[in-house]
Amino acid sequence: MTIDPIPPFVEDVGTNFAYLDPQTKRSIRRAILKAVAIPGYQVPFDSREMPMPPGWGTGGLQVTASLLTPDDTLKVIDQGTDDATNAITIRAFFSKVSGVPMTERTESATIIQTRHRIPETPLNENQILVLQVPQPEPFRRLIPSEKETRKIHALGNYGLMSVMLYENIARLGRVAIAYDYPVRVHDRYLASPSPIPTFDNPKLDNSPALAIFGAGREKRIYAIPPFTKVRSLEFDDYTFTTQSWEARCSLCGSSHTYLEQIGQGDKGSTRYVCSDTYYCKSHAHADEQR
Amino acid sequence: MPVEMENRGPSAGNDQDFYRPLLEVNGVTRLYLNGLGCRDISFVVHPGEVVGIVGESGSGKSTLLSCISGRATIDKGSVIYDMEGVGPKNIFEMSEVERERLALTEWGIIHQNPRDGVRMDVSAGGNIGERQMSLGLRHYGKIRQQAGDWLEKVEIDLDRIDDTPKAFSGGMQQRLQIARNLVTHPRLVFMDEPTGGLDISVQARIVDLLRALVRELGLAVIIVTHDLPMVRLLADRLLVMQRGTIIEEGLTDQVLDDPHHPYTQLLVSSLPRA
Repeated sequence: MTIDPIPPFVEDVGTNFAYLDPQTKRSIRRAILKAVAIPGYQVPFDSREMPMPPGWGTGGLQVTASLLTPDDTLKVIDQGTDDATNAITIRAFFSKVSGVPMTERTESATIIQTRHRIPETPLNENQILVLQVPQPEPFRRLIPSEKETRKIHALGNYGLMSVMLYENIARLGRVAIAYDYPVRVHDRYLASPSPIPTFDNPKLDNSPALAIFGAGREKRIYAIPPFTKVRSLEFDDYTFTTQSWEARCSLCGSSHTYLEQIGQGDKGSTRYVCSDTYYCKSHAHADEQR
Repeated sequence: MPVEMENRGPSAGNDQDFYRPLLEVNGVTRLYLNGLGCRDISFVVHPGEVVGIVGESGSGKSTLLSCISGRATIDKGSVIYDMEGVGPKNIFEMSEVERERLALTEWGIIHQNPRDGVRMDVSAGGNIGERQMSLGLRHYGKIRQQAGDWLEKVEIDLDRIDDTPKAFSGGMQQRLQIARNLVTHPRLVFMDEPTGGLDISVQARIVDLLRALVRELGLAVIIVTHDLPMVRLLADRLLVMQRGTIIEEGLTDQVLDDPHHPYTQLLVSSLPRA
């Protein structure tokens, strides 16, 4: 994959293209290149202060800003939808500082910045998925020490994560991790897929699109290169499973997408809709005819 | 080597291997700035042998144990371990990855305080299964089965398998630590005061348990303690340390019944005679 040259400073825009100064972009791109070269390895980078609070996706924001060229088309999603507050804010930001076209169409986007979902539409090799990561270290809740977790990654001794799965099965009869389910990338590094539901984990495996994970507050970037083996942890006799629903989407009728439950009225009744709003809209018609 | 083996006949072929020490400590020195530590320590441990290291507090016992188990660096000397299928190797010439791997596959470490060797917020079953999972066992049923077997061996009730060690007594925690280490059948186990801080009856139970397991599994053990009655029951050979050096060494009974060095005599005489 080639990374396009950094667009020159354009005076009349009043700011650098896509906000970050060329120096910062270079350093972030170097971190990205290293991350792509060592799949799943968390590369430290000099995360900048962004005009948005940490927790709003400043890691993803910096990755996207360093990747954007004037020829790109950007799609931003939050919780699967294009018009949630976070998505709108980020879209408005990039509109202002880069002027690149924005889209909701997954197929036309070259860069997709997201937090909780991977789009239902299969991605292709011309697309880059940028994920905003709150906590890049899969062991952080178990081991507070960064020194220790780095050693674990260096030694590749991931027995402790299996112990956690064991504990889940022993106590609850199954692995009760619904999101941020740890994955082994390219049979080497254990990585957090960021808070995507387990439903989306299989989409990372052998995906044609490059996935870059940016954690702004934690100052880490890691990546899953295209066509890389990504395995969710499991036992031979308790294999990895994803969420499934008995219901269908009440808007498009889909039965193979990630559904959200929506409460209705005050009688406790609910209905299900696709979490990926673009996919739902674009398939409403197709599914009706099926 | 093959020629020699032919001359000695088929049954004697492994004699050399049999007599080869499992661990060879050569001139190990580690000194702290205040002059304490251990100085020029040499000894060997053979497969299946239990070696006791006794001495007063501050004599360098625990420092020595950390050094020879690869958990601390040394200033001088070498520690040669006879790796399974590989042969003798200096553990300080290995990479950290190799050393950790060795510790995981062939060694066990039992700390005085179970808190240092047991995961307190993980269930007993998970604690016992951790080593196997680190070694790549990925079958929940088998892991649980073996955890159950080991709980039985160390005399912990099977229905405590899903309880965390926080709810265990000190003696149970120590027995859990033993199970957690021995589940992968290590060849050499380092023990640092395994009965420290436990009451007499619990101590006796742990010693009984260790004696039975050591014999059953043919373990080699290096046990650091100042509990002389315990080493008399457990150890084949004894090293007596004072101010960082070994001052007396010999068979356990010999050292305890006929101590030569004045310090050993003092140590032995401090024991109430039964």
